[in-house]
Amino acid sequence: MAVHEKITIAKAINASLRTSMEADPKVVVMGEDVGKLGGVFRVTDGLQKDFGEDRVIDTPLAESGIIGTAIGLALRGYRPVAEIQFDGFVFPAYDQIVTQLAKMHARALGKVKVPVVIRIPYGGGIGAVEHHSESPEALFAHVAGLKVVTPSNSSDAYWMLQQAIAGDDPVIYFEPKRRYHDRSRLDTESIPDPLHKARVAQAGNDLTLAAYGPMVKVCLDAAKVAAEEGKSVEVVDLRSISPIDFDTVQTSVEKTGRLVVVHEAPAFLGSGAEIAARITERCFYHLEAPVLRVGGFHAPYPPSRLEDEYLPGLDRVLDAVDRALAY
Amino acid sequence: MTVEGTAQRKATRAGSKRTAAKKASPAKKATSAKAGRPDEAEQDQLVQLLTPEGKRVEHPDYSIDLSPDELRGLYRDMVLTRRFDAEATTLQRQGELGLWASLLGQEAAQIGSGRALRDDDYVFPTYREHGVAWCRGVDPTNLLGMFRGVNHGGWDPNSNNFHLYTIVIGSQTLHATGYAMGVQKDGADSAVIAYFGDGASSQGDVAESFTFSAVYNAPVVFFCQNNQWAISEPTERQTRVPLYQRARGYGFPGVRVDGNDVLACLAVTRAALERARTGQGPMLVEAFTYRMGAHTTSDDPTKYRADEETLAWEAKDPILRLRTYLESEGLVDDAYLAAIDQESDALGKRVRDVVRAMPDPDPMAIFENVYADGHALVDEERAQFAAYQASFADAEAVAEGN
Repeated sequence: MAVHEKITIAKAINASLRTSMEADPKVVVMGEDVGKLGGVFRVTDGLQKDFGEDRVIDTPLAESGIIGTAIGLALRGYRPVAEIQFDGFVFPAYDQIVTQLAKMHARALGKVKVPVVIRIPYGGGIGAVEHHSESPEALFAHVAGLKVVTPSNSSDAYWMLQQAIAGDDPVIYFEPKRRYHDRSRLDTESIPDPLHKARVAQAGNDLTLAAYGPMVKVCLDAAKVAAEEGKSVEVVDLRSISPIDFDTVQTSVEKTGRLVVVHEAPAFLGSGAEIAARITERCFYHLEAPVLRVGGFHAPYPPSRLEDEYLPGLDRVLDAVDRALAY
Repeated sequence: MTVEGTAQRKATRAGSKRTAAKKASPAKKATSAKAGRPDEAEQDQLVQLLTPEGKRVEHPDYSIDLSPDELRGLYRDMVLTRRFDAEATTLQRQGELGLWASLLGQEAAQIGSGRALRDDDYVFPTYREHGVAWCRGVDPTNLLGMFRGVNHGGWDPNSNNFHLYTIVIGSQTLHATGYAMGVQKDGADSAVIAYFGDGASSQGDVAESFTFSAVYNAPVVFFCQNNQWAISEPTERQTRVPLYQRARGYGFPGVRVDGNDVLACLAVTRAALERARTGQGPMLVEAFTYRMGAHTTSDDPTKYRADEETLAWEAKDPILRLRTYLESEGLVDDAYLAAIDQESDALGKRVRDVVRAMPDPDPMAIFENVYADGHALVDEERAQFAAYQASFADAEAVAEGN
């Protein structure tokens, strides 16, 4: 693969899995339809052909079984990368993830490691049926023992997955499914940022927008529009939801004095609520306005004909920017 | 379950189904759930090599030939395990442990299956496998940390190939299956054994582990100790078919063994492990046994089961029947039995001493091993908590008059 080539996030993840599997024979990919079909989004396309059925495993349709057996494989010394086909299907595995995977290292007093990576396509915007458009990241970030990350572009998708696989902790790797086919530059040669470091995606002075995954693009677009109106907006791509790089957000807010957190997940008790609380604690005397949140509503994810109203779009983000700047 | 009850059901089964159905009065139909009881109605399917009276019998499919030393070893294992278990129950009553889950009555199932294992095999236990832990060489006192509340599991799973106790019912059957898939990928001939109970058989994870192990032909043995009770719920609240028959639907064999017969448990588990080792896939062993005590020290079985039932099972005691056999064969004498009793007392004393001396962990242990590679929030909270604790140093110094 050429350096600096513009490729899709889906292809970047595929390349990342390939690189990880080549580097470490203990890396195995498992999930529903990941083998012959290459996954319903073709993210694992061609891997089974090249690495064999022993390392790219089509599993029975049982999510708890996928994660439970992934834990067993990890205890045997493997590094399983398990795919959950869609966000809304992770819940049968939630018990294994929360009661077993997250706690096993601690309850073994550090004597076992369970380096399981769980890839979950998440978020809406693809016109899907029920249970295919959700953003459950806070439900995982709330659980000690798990790490939660989500890339917003191809380079991050490529590097963050490899870092997650190479690490010794369980990582939930949320893939912004509506961005799967967005192309961006993939840099395979520069040294990547640490996995849990946030990145300033766009510098600005008047207000900070903090977002991750699919919402980073919306925020970058909002910053562009705001700039045309003479407002200088900084965009922070959080990249990691557990842990959250509060230092980077703090530095930004100390400069801008205003913060709006944006995510698709419901605003209530979402990661934005945590960021608002922490940044208020850390930057109380720098804040010119309360930290605002833009997120989904406290309602089930709506039928797809309504999802554009439900999902925070350009206008709702700009509305929050205006409200914050009005203080 | 009374002996009369068994006889009655056997008599019914002897008649043709059609006749039995015709004869059934409405009143009898109302209690038909009982006819479906998956226990002694299938008594003839029970693999047994040592009767409750201590008589050696043969089985067409499973045989065993043990040396006198091996036989005495099984007896010693069971006696010491029972003693350890009784000691732990007492320690709970004395307030030294917060809880204890007794294995009383299940010694044969655990020692028999535990002694069938090779060192390189791997065990995934529930929270009651004290006898299996004993067979694996896990120091019994290590099992008590979690029940005292000083840790969640105080042993290194990889030193004895004995995973931590798992409290969420049935979860470990999937871990065992995944581990077995790994063994298979490694091309090793080790086997994996997953312990669970009749209550856990209702869990989806157990069903999923049967599916996964079957489709991948994973080298795992599912060892179900059907001790008849899931806290207060009898086995008929979990199943309408004998549990061992569940295996058939998944495409692997299941067998019911007398769980109070240590020889049969050993023979059947050995055979099941051998199948796994030789690439023949999983097998389900249902050890038909009885939980003689309460579910845990917090439970009160007098609320839900009859004394007669417990008494009937007492007559099938696993230790007593082996002792009767050993005595009848002249394999033990009074001196040997006295030596075991002495060893038993010494174990009891050691357990008491170790538990009473077990210190509370340092509060900072809360933050240890949450992550293998660290986590910024844990680091931050650890530092804050340490500073908070240090803020009391002056107050303590004043209180001590320094």
